[in-house]
Amino acid sequence: MTPPAPAIVVKGLTMAYGSFVLQRDLDFTINRGDIFVIMGGSGCGKSTLLRHMIGLKQPASGSVWYGEADFWALDEDERAAIIRRAGVLYQSGALWSSMTLAENVALPLQHYTELAPEVIDELVAFKLSLVGLAGFETFYPSELSGGMRKRAALARAIALDPDFLFFDEPSAGLDPISARNLDQLILELRESLGATVVIVTHELASIYAIATNSVFLDSEAKTMLATGDPKTLLQECTDPTVLNFLTRGTGQREVRTV
Amino acid sequence: MQQEPLRLTTGSATRPPVFTLQRPDSDHLVVALAGSWTLHAHPPVPADLLAALDGTVHRLGFACDGLEHWDTRLLIFLATVIKTAGQRHIDVDRAGLPPGVRRLLTLSEAVPEQVTYSPPGRDFLPTRIGRCVLALIGQSREVAAFTGEILLALLALLAGKKPFKPQDFLYFVQNCGVGSLPIVSLIAVLVGVILSFVGAVQLQMFGAQIYVANLVGLGMVLEMGALMSGVIIAGRIGASYAAQLGTMQVNEEIDALRTMGISPVGFLVLPRILALMLMLPLLCVYADIMGILGGSVIGVAMLDLSLVEYLEQTRKTIQLYQFGQGILKASVFGVLIGFAGCLRGMQCGRSALAVGEATTSAVVTSIVLIVVSDSFITYLLYR
Repeated sequence: MTPPAPAIVVKGLTMAYGSFVLQRDLDFTINRGDIFVIMGGSGCGKSTLLRHMIGLKQPASGSVWYGEADFWALDEDERAAIIRRAGVLYQSGALWSSMTLAENVALPLQHYTELAPEVIDELVAFKLSLVGLAGFETFYPSELSGGMRKRAALARAIALDPDFLFFDEPSAGLDPISARNLDQLILELRESLGATVVIVTHELASIYAIATNSVFLDSEAKTMLATGDPKTLLQECTDPTVLNFLTRGTGQREVRTV
Repeated sequence: MQQEPLRLTTGSATRPPVFTLQRPDSDHLVVALAGSWTLHAHPPVPADLLAALDGTVHRLGFACDGLEHWDTRLLIFLATVIKTAGQRHIDVDRAGLPPGVRRLLTLSEAVPEQVTYSPPGRDFLPTRIGRCVLALIGQSREVAAFTGEILLALLALLAGKKPFKPQDFLYFVQNCGVGSLPIVSLIAVLVGVILSFVGAVQLQMFGAQIYVANLVGLGMVLEMGALMSGVIIAGRIGASYAAQLGTMQVNEEIDALRTMGISPVGFLVLPRILALMLMLPLLCVYADIMGILGGSVIGVAMLDLSLVEYLEQTRKTIQLYQFGQGILKASVFGVLIGFAGCLRGMQCGRSALAVGEATTSAVVTSIVLIVVSDSFITYLLYR
């Protein structure tokens, strides 16, 4: 076994809106091939942390490293080149409502590759079949159910075979079965594509089911309280806030997968 | 265990993607894949391979010893081959493929979601005409129902109930009144200047420069003041009403009001329409004055009239009832703009696209209604 290679490293990151500091001194490492979960209660800055990692919001201080590159010290073009290797699944899907599913998935391919239109059509059909939406090419997002929209957004996120996949609350608004299927799909795609996955969530079921590493943010302490495999944290962590979260307030240290 | 080739998309492709066909047995075909099969490479088309899958082949296998990098580009190639092989009843042995490829292929072949709804295709002309007529009938019903709801809300207001919050009403009054003053000033002054300029060129030929004041004064008071402020407000306020209500429709805020037993028409629509009905006549009077001032600038600067002379001529020309006509028109326009903006907002679908359409449609409807009602009122008054 070769030692795990760090894919994304966050060093001393402080996030703030104006003078209001959301989180300070975040330090953690995401290894290549990890399924890394950003967890914590509502309003603690999980999604904001994600926005710092995908280039939507600049840190107040500290840095985000992609391999050897200090992300926020790069110029805009170099940042775009890194983000091009990432696929993002937004909380509500964020499919472009004026385009069909095929057009949604095809747009990044048309933009960043020089493939012939027929090849792009084939790729789009394949990506949609990967997420179980074969035959839905001509549908508009408004004609789909919430779970189907999430999966269509996933097809768009993996359009360019990304090295990094970011998910903002993937199971929000889904029924338990759809949520579990989406988890399985994420696992399967990670296994097959070898991508590094970062997920923002507070769904304990999916945290235990898929996470290999995690960071816990707290809104009162305004910093991270723990990092590591959530299953290990559940057994070994002594911080009462983390434990309370991981045991859903019961204090019982046993993994209960739904 | 066989090491899976490292997948890389950063694209330092080393060898071009190729495939070769091998025949270990007479009925067995093996496809040997080599090189980098990535989105940025240019892999061969599967045509030769598909042609080789003839009646003599009963088994298809793969060999990936020379394969370096792969991504979805390889997958769609394999998907085409495997699909064709399946159609020709050839056994496909996937053991030679990398495990990741095998898993993704399996995933893509999983039973897809059933298509339960088919988007409408193209219809015959009579069908399309029929649909249009039905849509038109449906629309007129909606308009009638909406008008009814507004009247009911108005009755509730007159009966002493409070269907909306007074602060909301005052905010709308401020927004479309004071908030519109700068743009109305600019446009009205310029319209006055234009009218005066056009008139001056003609009237100077008869030495009748002083009648420029009549032209500008009557033009503004009877027509242009109300019309221009109506058009500005349709763009500035009517559009924003449609966008606000449309977005509320998207966010299910309107449904939330309904389920609380609060009439969205009374709560959201009535204060907006009343605010416009109140403020547009005032804006119209303001625009009249601004237009007359704009005209006087040209009169003084180009026609050597004195300011007092010009204003006195204007005063003599315009009767109070003529002001009244402009004000009447402006109130009607106000109601129509509010009605069109709110109607389009309430009819809005649940997508970003629909909000855009509602906004555009609100402005177009308002302007059409303004011009049509203007000609109608003018006809009635001068019959």
